[in-house]
Amino acid sequence: MKEDTTIGGPSGRFPATCWSAVVAARSDDPRERSRALDAILAAYWKPIYKYLRIRWNKSNEDAKDVTQEFLAQLIEKEYLSDFDPAKARLRTFLRVCVDHFVANQTKAVNRLKRGGDVLHVALDFECAEAEFARAKSHLTVSASAESFDEYLEREFVRNLFTLALTDLRSFCEARSKLRHFRLFERYDLDDSDTSRPSYAELAQEFGIAVTDVTNHLAFARREFRRIALEKLREMTCSEAEFRREARALLGVESA
Amino acid sequence: MNWLSDEAIARLRSAGAEPDLAGTRYRLIERIASGGMGSVYLAEDAMLGRRVAIKILDVPDSSGDLAARLQREAHILASLEHPGIVPVHDAGTLADGRVFYAMKFVEGERLDRFSERASPLPSRLRIFQRICDTVAFAHTRGVLHRDLKPENIMTGPFGEVLVMDWGVARILRANRISTPAETVHDQACEGPGGFAAGSLRTAPKTAHGAVLGTPGYMAPEQARGDVEHLDERADIYSLGAMLQFLIAASFRSTQTTPRVLTAIARKAMDTDPAGRYASASELGHEIARYLDGLPVRAYPENALQKIARWVARYRLAIVLVLTYLVVRALLIFWFRR
Repeated sequence: MKEDTTIGGPSGRFPATCWSAVVAARSDDPRERSRALDAILAAYWKPIYKYLRIRWNKSNEDAKDVTQEFLAQLIEKEYLSDFDPAKARLRTFLRVCVDHFVANQTKAVNRLKRGGDVLHVALDFECAEAEFARAKSHLTVSASAESFDEYLEREFVRNLFTLALTDLRSFCEARSKLRHFRLFERYDLDDSDTSRPSYAELAQEFGIAVTDVTNHLAFARREFRRIALEKLREMTCSEAEFRREARALLGVESA
Repeated sequence: MNWLSDEAIARLRSAGAEPDLAGTRYRLIERIASGGMGSVYLAEDAMLGRRVAIKILDVPDSSGDLAARLQREAHILASLEHPGIVPVHDAGTLADGRVFYAMKFVEGERLDRFSERASPLPSRLRIFQRICDTVAFAHTRGVLHRDLKPENIMTGPFGEVLVMDWGVARILRANRISTPAETVHDQACEGPGGFAAGSLRTAPKTAHGAVLGTPGYMAPEQARGDVEHLDERADIYSLGAMLQFLIAASFRSTQTTPRVLTAIARKAMDTDPAGRYASASELGHEIARYLDGLPVRAYPENALQKIARWVARYRLAIVLVLTYLVVRALLIFWFRR
């Protein structure tokens, strides 16, 4: 599997389950702060890039520049120190920051190109652009803050799940359980067929028993859930916020 | 990683949310409800071939508070064997680490939805009496519900009335009545099992130190977070609020509600706990007296009101006696003429 960014380093980099990147981004320890910012950028750079494309009608090249400049400023000017989780979600805060940044940038006549020496992560914009182009035909975003929030939310979830899947694959590879991942990929991710394969069809395709299909899928789903929730926890500041976000992520909000 | 379509994301959400029932006797059917700390799923008990409801924590919590609350709820339900309380069949931890308990699947309607339909006041009051009976039973076992509201009451198609959602219930240590059944319950808490042992023993305080309950149904002392001093009268207040809800749902805004019932609800909802009914049974009996046309404690009557109530209660007998007297008088008058 090809990783589309090197942001954040290898999987499993945060051993503590309660580690919050949002809290750590305001730490006095530069190493801790840097690690936290990497995690936040990994989760948000793609949604921000796509948001710039859709909300501000930026061209591919402009959106790349603005994304990099914004992320560089986010780090340099410590935008996150102003973030108050009691007032807004991190996504909404970042969206407002991006909007302000673009508005101010438009006003500036001679802006300084920056980012190269501050942003020490590689962003695969070609991949982001390809994703954006692929989804563009299905996009129905009306011009309101709520709908742009929803768009950013959707892209955040897409990116978070993609990162979780990348980690899941590495996790399975490391434990010689790549078949578990392949089954999961075939059953839950593959959109090429019009209908999902049955467990019996999967068993035949992979040359294993149907009970193994059940067990392998259960394993992969369990680990996917764990990894995705761990990544989400990094993006939250408190247990209550994490629970709220996790329930929204999994679509199990109170009815 | 390939681009994830919206459909793939929906499947991943579902894969992440669905409980991992592998290794259990249950087969997932569907999610039927979601609440503050978990979801309830309909499942089939493959061993017994019956449908059950399984309550499961949605997300992990590093503090363990929610898991402890769910475990405590299961223990409380298991210790309260009563027709008005849903029986627990099983409890434990799933392969994905989420705690759960399985209970009887209740097919019915929530009281708030039931009340939207036209039904006579006496039948609503009889449901209320049964809620009082159930709560009174829990109180005698030293358990406060703390979140009584129409949404937490289920009415079944055969007249069942079940008090649900004991997730924020509190054990009143000092008020517990020791019974043989409770001894068994205590032993169960201490022994090994699906759940971590002793969750009941360590749970006198409200989880998170937060105010738990529902505004509008919560007693003032509960809303203040005065957890240590809560007693049965906090539930009496909630029952009063529920009675008020049932009265309001029975009458249109232009109609006058019965003063006696309003007085009963007000007494149950007195801001001073000492001014409320001392027990849920007392409140239930008060409703029974109202339904039987007898005087109630909450509404002192003057002579005229006593006569009016007496007339209303013995209406049929009075009509019969009066009819007899009138006919007799007419006959006497006829034969003397």
